[in-house]
Amino acid sequence: MADYEIPKISGEEGIVDVPKIKPDAMKSHGPWVSKPEFQEAMHFPTDFKMPEDVSQYGDADTLVENWKERALDKMADLKGRYRSLQVFLDICVKCGACTDKCHYFLGSADPKNMPVARQDLLRKVYRRYFTFAGKFFGKLGIPKFVGAAELTEDVVKDWYNYYHQCSQCRRCSVFCPYGIDTAEISMAAREILDHIGMGQKYCTEIMGKLNKIGNNLGLPEAALADTLEGLEEDIYDDTGVDVKLPLDKKGAEILLVTPSADFFAEPHVDGLMGYAKVFHELGLDWTLSSYASEGANFGMFIGSYENMRKISLRIRKAAKDLGVKRIVFGECGHAWRVAYSFLNTLAGPFDFLDQNYPIPQHVLEITEPALAAGKLNIDKSQNDDMVLTFHDSCNIARGSRMGDKPGGQFEIPRNVIKAVCNNFVDMPADTIHDATFCCGGGGGILTDDLMEVRVKGAQPRMEALKYVTNHFGVTHMAAICAICKSQFTKVIPYYGFTMDQIVSVHQLVSNALILTGQLTEEEIEAKEAAEEAERLAAKEAREKAAEEADKK
Amino acid sequence: MAIGVIYAVLFWAATLVLVLGVANKVRIYWNTPAPLKIPTTPAPITPGGVVLRMLQEVLLFKSLFRSDKLLWALGFLFHYSMLLIVLRHFRYVQDPVWGIIKFIQPFGVYAGFVFVLGLLGLLMRRIIIDRVRYITAPSDIFMLLLLIFIGISGLMMQYVSHTDIVMVKAFFRGLITFDWQPLPSDLPLLIHLGLVATLMIIFPISKLLHAPGIFFSPTRNQIDNPREKRHVAPWAAELDKQGKMFLDELKK
Repeated sequence: MADYEIPKISGEEGIVDVPKIKPDAMKSHGPWVSKPEFQEAMHFPTDFKMPEDVSQYGDADTLVENWKERALDKMADLKGRYRSLQVFLDICVKCGACTDKCHYFLGSADPKNMPVARQDLLRKVYRRYFTFAGKFFGKLGIPKFVGAAELTEDVVKDWYNYYHQCSQCRRCSVFCPYGIDTAEISMAAREILDHIGMGQKYCTEIMGKLNKIGNNLGLPEAALADTLEGLEEDIYDDTGVDVKLPLDKKGAEILLVTPSADFFAEPHVDGLMGYAKVFHELGLDWTLSSYASEGANFGMFIGSYENMRKISLRIRKAAKDLGVKRIVFGECGHAWRVAYSFLNTLAGPFDFLDQNYPIPQHVLEITEPALAAGKLNIDKSQNDDMVLTFHDSCNIARGSRMGDKPGGQFEIPRNVIKAVCNNFVDMPADTIHDATFCCGGGGGILTDDLMEVRVKGAQPRMEALKYVTNHFGVTHMAAICAICKSQFTKVIPYYGFTMDQIVSVHQLVSNALILTGQLTEEEIEAKEAAEEAERLAAKEAREKAAEEADKK
Repeated sequence: MAIGVIYAVLFWAATLVLVLGVANKVRIYWNTPAPLKIPTTPAPITPGGVVLRMLQEVLLFKSLFRSDKLLWALGFLFHYSMLLIVLRHFRYVQDPVWGIIKFIQPFGVYAGFVFVLGLLGLLMRRIIIDRVRYITAPSDIFMLLLLIFIGISGLMMQYVSHTDIVMVKAFFRGLITFDWQPLPSDLPLLIHLGLVATLMIIFPISKLLHAPGIFFSPTRNQIDNPREKRHVAPWAAELDKQGKMFLDELKK
């Protein structure tokens, strides 16, 4: 299946063994480099040339003029604007507490995937050019003595490669005695790379589509309307109930912003139908927007405050134009971090929305209380063919909250699953809640040119899943993130699972929810049979009429 | 007397570097905005909660405890024995000496052993564990050795060759009042004091900044209330104010 070794999983302990380090195990040219046209759309410098040979992508050929000076200027600029960067570059004591916490290190054994070593790729340059110790020992020709290093093309290559083997999941920051967050460092590094001609194609191309059309897929309004209509038909065929998925409905109460993968990918789309059914059943007047038809915001991945804000402002504009009173987000990990933690900062103040509701609100913050209050008619047995576990998405677990209390982001999704399913088992404690392991595809890594990184990075989660599969008969893993869902469906076959073992949380809700006026399977069959008979009768009548016409 | 003058100048200089250096860094940390809310969640939702979280980190090394029990134990022994030792040393400058300092004196002496053993453990870790060896720079080893030799030279004065402690006290009290006093010319004492001055000098230009720095760590010191309270950095507010998308489009 691949020209690299797939990590082994046993399912015995649920936790992978810490490997012996294998230097350069993941040395590579990194993902595909972004073309000048994509960079231009992001307001990044474009005075560089692309190599003709794709195999050289990620090598230093694409660097801009005076790249070294410009990289250092950008570093100075960022450390002056981000306290996190300035403090984190200074205070790491290299204690090593983080060294066995990164899923990419555990899966690949490359020491540069240990959080502290990944940070040091940037920190050593900071030390060389911005600290007394680094300058002093640098002049003596021994910068290494104080962990400093010259900025060379090789260092830039390492930045490009290893900062694209970080999913910004923040697991290291949980375990760091000072809370040093490698995500902050890798975001800064990518921002610097974007300013010296080494942007990553996957992220910038997608953001370009969003800026132009409204979503990462580049799905235009007409196609979106078509898709939603198709989903309405699917729900009608299944339930006999006319559940709407409105688009650009002016004056609706709620604007739903959801990752565009929800419109077409499996199992995402089953989740979207779940939200629609919940809203329908609760009598909520809601709409999607074609202008802001994307929950994802890759501006965070590339550390670009400006681009992240630009994308966020689309949501503000859509909410204003449609005249909604509330903004609700669908199931997506980093989208929820940007929404919960940053949206008010980037696109606020939201004084034109109804202040009686959280701004923004997560769809689970609607479904959970509705289930608890018994407002939804649930038949749990509809999910009896599954034994479920739940994958905490990193950006939700460690970068946001749901509900009123800290930790609500762990309880609320589990409460929902338990309210609609009879069989639920958690994975081992060291792999869930704020110690959750990333799916391996977050932070701008979800691209085919990084498959090896994605497969290896999934190992710790796969081990935990294997453990509950072997010991508790778990058959399915539920997720609340579009990237997790896409990554898992692609990667779990490498570990001997099947892609349909990944489900959306609102898909489970959808399975168990009995809509008011919903027909039973027999009724639907009878109805379909009646409709079929009617069609046949009409056909026969038509044929008969034609025959008679022929005879005449 | 020459030694006294050299060490007096050294300690004045070291103190100046330490105080001004750390003050400068703290000023930079203070003035650098944190543009986004990035507490590692679950995070406290009240200021009191943040104070509690920070106290648990600073006093108990809570995150490290979750992370690595051996490292936590070694770090805990090293830091708390250092605290006792530093407090014990107050008696060399105070007159009269506070009761609490007198009380901890016997513990402070034994803490010297714990201090050195803890540091040796930390050093062994750096050498033995391949992951930690990989991330270790010479300066990391150097700092551990510096502290170990400070500990050993101190213990030598306690248990091997006593120095004239009354004279040492007169020297340090003299430093405070800019009154030159001689220093005993015992080798362990001179090594001990020289290394301590070195430590003070490298503090503001090295990773020892973790001590003041942790208080500025946004993942630990922020309140988790982004939906309730809008948080905007001055440079970002300028984008709103001028209606621009990119910083380089802003008028100064």
